[in-house]
Amino acid sequence: MIKRLFGCLFLLALALPATAAFDVGQLMTDLAKNKGGKAKFTEKKYISLLDKPVVSSGEMSYTAPDRLEKRTLVPKVETLLLDKDMLSIEREKQKLSINLANQPEALAFVDSIRGTLSGNRAALEKNYALHLSGNADKWVLTLLPSDQKISALVLRITVSGSKSLIRSIEYLQADGDRSVLNMEPIETK
Amino acid sequence: MSAAARAFLIWLLASMAGAAVVWNSHFSADMSFFLPARPSAAQQVLVDQLKEGVVTRLLMVAIEGGDAAQRAAVSRQLDGRLEKLPEFVSVQNGQAGNLNADRDFLFRYRYLLSPAVKPERFTVDGLRESIANSVDLLASPAGMMIKPLLPRDPTGEMIELLSGLNAGAQPYVQEGVWASRDGQRAMLLIQSAALGSDTDAQEQAIATIRSEFAESAREAGISDARMVISGPGVFAVKSRETIKDEVSKLSAISTLAIIGVLLFVYRSARLLSLGLLPVVSGALAGIVAVSLVYGTVFGITVGFGAALIGEAVDYSIYYFVQSGRLGAAEWRTRFWPTIRLGVLTSVCGFTALLFSGFPGLAQLGLYSLSGVLTAALVTRFILPALAGNDHPVRDLSHLASPLNAGIRAMQSLRWPVILLTVAATTVLVIDRHELWHPNLSALSTVSAEDTATDMALRADIGAPDSRYMAVITAPDREAALQAAERAGRQLDALVAQGIIGGYDSPARFLPSQAMQAARRASLPAGDELAARLQLAQADSPLAANKLGAFLDEVARAKEQGSITRETLNGTSLSLAVDSLLMQRPDSWSVLLPLRPPAGDKNVEIRIEPVRAALAASDALLIDMKFEFDRLYNDYLDEATLLSLAGFAAIVALLAVTLRSARRLGAVLLPLLLAVILVIAGVHLGGEQLHLMHLIGMLLIVAVGSNYALFFDRAGKENRLDAPTLASMAVANLTTAIGFGTLALSSVPVLHAVGITVGPGAVLALLLAACFSGKDRA
Repeated sequence: MIKRLFGCLFLLALALPATAAFDVGQLMTDLAKNKGGKAKFTEKKYISLLDKPVVSSGEMSYTAPDRLEKRTLVPKVETLLLDKDMLSIEREKQKLSINLANQPEALAFVDSIRGTLSGNRAALEKNYALHLSGNADKWVLTLLPSDQKISALVLRITVSGSKSLIRSIEYLQADGDRSVLNMEPIETK
Repeated sequence: MSAAARAFLIWLLASMAGAAVVWNSHFSADMSFFLPARPSAAQQVLVDQLKEGVVTRLLMVAIEGGDAAQRAAVSRQLDGRLEKLPEFVSVQNGQAGNLNADRDFLFRYRYLLSPAVKPERFTVDGLRESIANSVDLLASPAGMMIKPLLPRDPTGEMIELLSGLNAGAQPYVQEGVWASRDGQRAMLLIQSAALGSDTDAQEQAIATIRSEFAESAREAGISDARMVISGPGVFAVKSRETIKDEVSKLSAISTLAIIGVLLFVYRSARLLSLGLLPVVSGALAGIVAVSLVYGTVFGITVGFGAALIGEAVDYSIYYFVQSGRLGAAEWRTRFWPTIRLGVLTSVCGFTALLFSGFPGLAQLGLYSLSGVLTAALVTRFILPALAGNDHPVRDLSHLASPLNAGIRAMQSLRWPVILLTVAATTVLVIDRHELWHPNLSALSTVSAEDTATDMALRADIGAPDSRYMAVITAPDREAALQAAERAGRQLDALVAQGIIGGYDSPARFLPSQAMQAARRASLPAGDELAARLQLAQADSPLAANKLGAFLDEVARAKEQGSITRETLNGTSLSLAVDSLLMQRPDSWSVLLPLRPPAGDKNVEIRIEPVRAALAASDALLIDMKFEFDRLYNDYLDEATLLSLAGFAAIVALLAVTLRSARRLGAVLLPLLLAVILVIAGVHLGGEQLHLMHLIGMLLIVAVGSNYALFFDRAGKENRLDAPTLASMAVANLTTAIGFGTLALSSVPVLHAVGITVGPGAVLALLLAACFSGKDRA
């Protein structure tokens, strides 16, 4: 307990001068304040095989720290729910549940978005090297996979946002295809 | 040749013939003891599943100790070692590599396997729609998985196939191999080549797994690794060990105790061996009769020998003790009729069991019947000749006075006994709904601990628990598969309505030749397909010119041969097909296991709509749990009927012989009271009654009547002399020892008979004394 308290004080001491310069620690603290919310999203997937990008859109909602729901409405209704380590996908009459604890690569992938949303720096740094640019009002966080198994799937993840809100996430896949997810928060009263 | 020599020669020849039969007998300790002799169509499925169903060949293994990485290492080692051995047809531990062969097969034959392959799917509209679907799927989170396949499989047949497969709960994975839900064990699922009913082979397979495990653990360098194994094969092997162990243990206890009693009574090695002669003959005759009639002798039947010894020895005790003073001729006229009547009542009891459809019970009946009858006949016809007139038995008259005092004490207890019986009856009436164990597991030799282990492993590994099945019988393989496809269409509709969660079918991996031909015919020729694809994809983001691989794949599919059972070799799908499609001597049968709706664990399927839907096809719906319960209830109903019939036969026999309602009542009263007191005692002792307790009740009457009859005879002659009294006490003691030994057994069938008949026989004697006439000299 005492040790923890000292740890907190130590972190506080480090954080104080950092208010001047925006850094990963500051961003994570900001993000961690976000306890949840709803957003409209539009996702574009640029795939070399296709002549034009595949576009999907719908709503996302997030409840800190580990519940994320993504409801795609166009082109097909599909619900993806991430609750702790259980990922379930419902599409038409099919329902698929995956325990991510069984799938380290998928878990790393999911942690990129979940870690960013919850401001969990430790979870992000487990699998990615973090690079931050910009300022608190307009920042870009780049995640580079440190594990080869992950980089075989995704080369780079770029998250951008302002303050504690994430505006877009871009995944660059190993085969050169990429997808861009844009989010627009819905104000809830 | 003297009479003695002649008698002995006959006995010797008969015994040698008997020994030869026993030598060639087949002994078994498997489930068939419990399986119906005359099964209904639904029960036949049950029997087949229990004898040769794939489920009976599954062995579940859990590895404990070390850390997760070490357990995974042992799991991989063990998997690698067992996979090479011919005793095992499949070893699964969740390693990804094991599934590659399956995936390759599915992808290669997807146009013959996919239920979506129909002529409409390859029209311009059909292509446009299915390819647009696949493109949409790219937008989904699952899109990353299908992207590499898209150019070769734009219509999404592989997705069609895989979506039908998801068999629900998958085991957890830790360090790349299956693990228990708490993460403390690595799990493997092994299928033996041998049938579950082949106990020898199962024992061998289990021993192999154990030794290979020890090697694997050593190689992985883990000192504290432990292995838990369960499955039907393990149960069969353990049950057999238990039964084998108990048969020798119980027989030894019973024999030694009885020899002790006889030595005390006879004080003569010669009389002892002569006295055991009818017993040995009876035990031998019992096995011979069972072996000749049924072909197979169950271990439990032999275990019943311990009780038979106790009863069969009675006759020689009566002979030696009673004829000592009177001589053989006098004994025959005075005592033999009473003994004969006792033998006949026992025979009535055992004969009733012969008519049981429960094979174990019928065998016990035949075994005891032939044993008792033989022992009595040997006593009557062989023993006097062998023993001659020279068999002075130690004078037992000093026992008479304490025994008489005992009888007088019992007689003074009439009212307390009646009150006790009323109390016992009240208890039984009040608790009548809790008396009986509700299902067949009551008779199972498998211990509660082993059952719990099995359930835990089963839950961790998600092993199939196929309670509901649709069953189809057809004259040949093709007809069977076609029928499975027809039933599948009905079941698909039920899946869509959410009535069932899903089902398995052999036709999923091995479609009928007719279905394969129809699917192949749905595929357009190369040029035609190219032209249609061009039209279909005109406005699509996925241009037709990027789908050259698709055209090649369809062309190849049109030319490649059909899938046969041999095509499946090397994949785990072959097992799935073999377990669901079986060749019978003159037909083929298909099983379609049904799964309850998703999310509902252990919830019952609503039977009625399923039955209605399947009525149109040739499939028969079976609920295994229901069939098991019904089987047990059938056995119980039948056993009730047989017990009543046996009891009625005994009453009729006594009525005809005694020709007096008063005497009949005097003989029956103590027996009925004994039954009530024993059953109440067993119930209050915390045991749930089952079928064998019921049989025990019948045997209390059949065996106990022997003692009541002596009191009846004494009443008629107006005296109960010292040797008769002593012989009754000794005979009762040996019977109580014989049956009482069975009460020590952990085999429920034997235990239940022992715990009822052992005390029941003693009570029958005591109560017969209690209600015997007071005016006796």
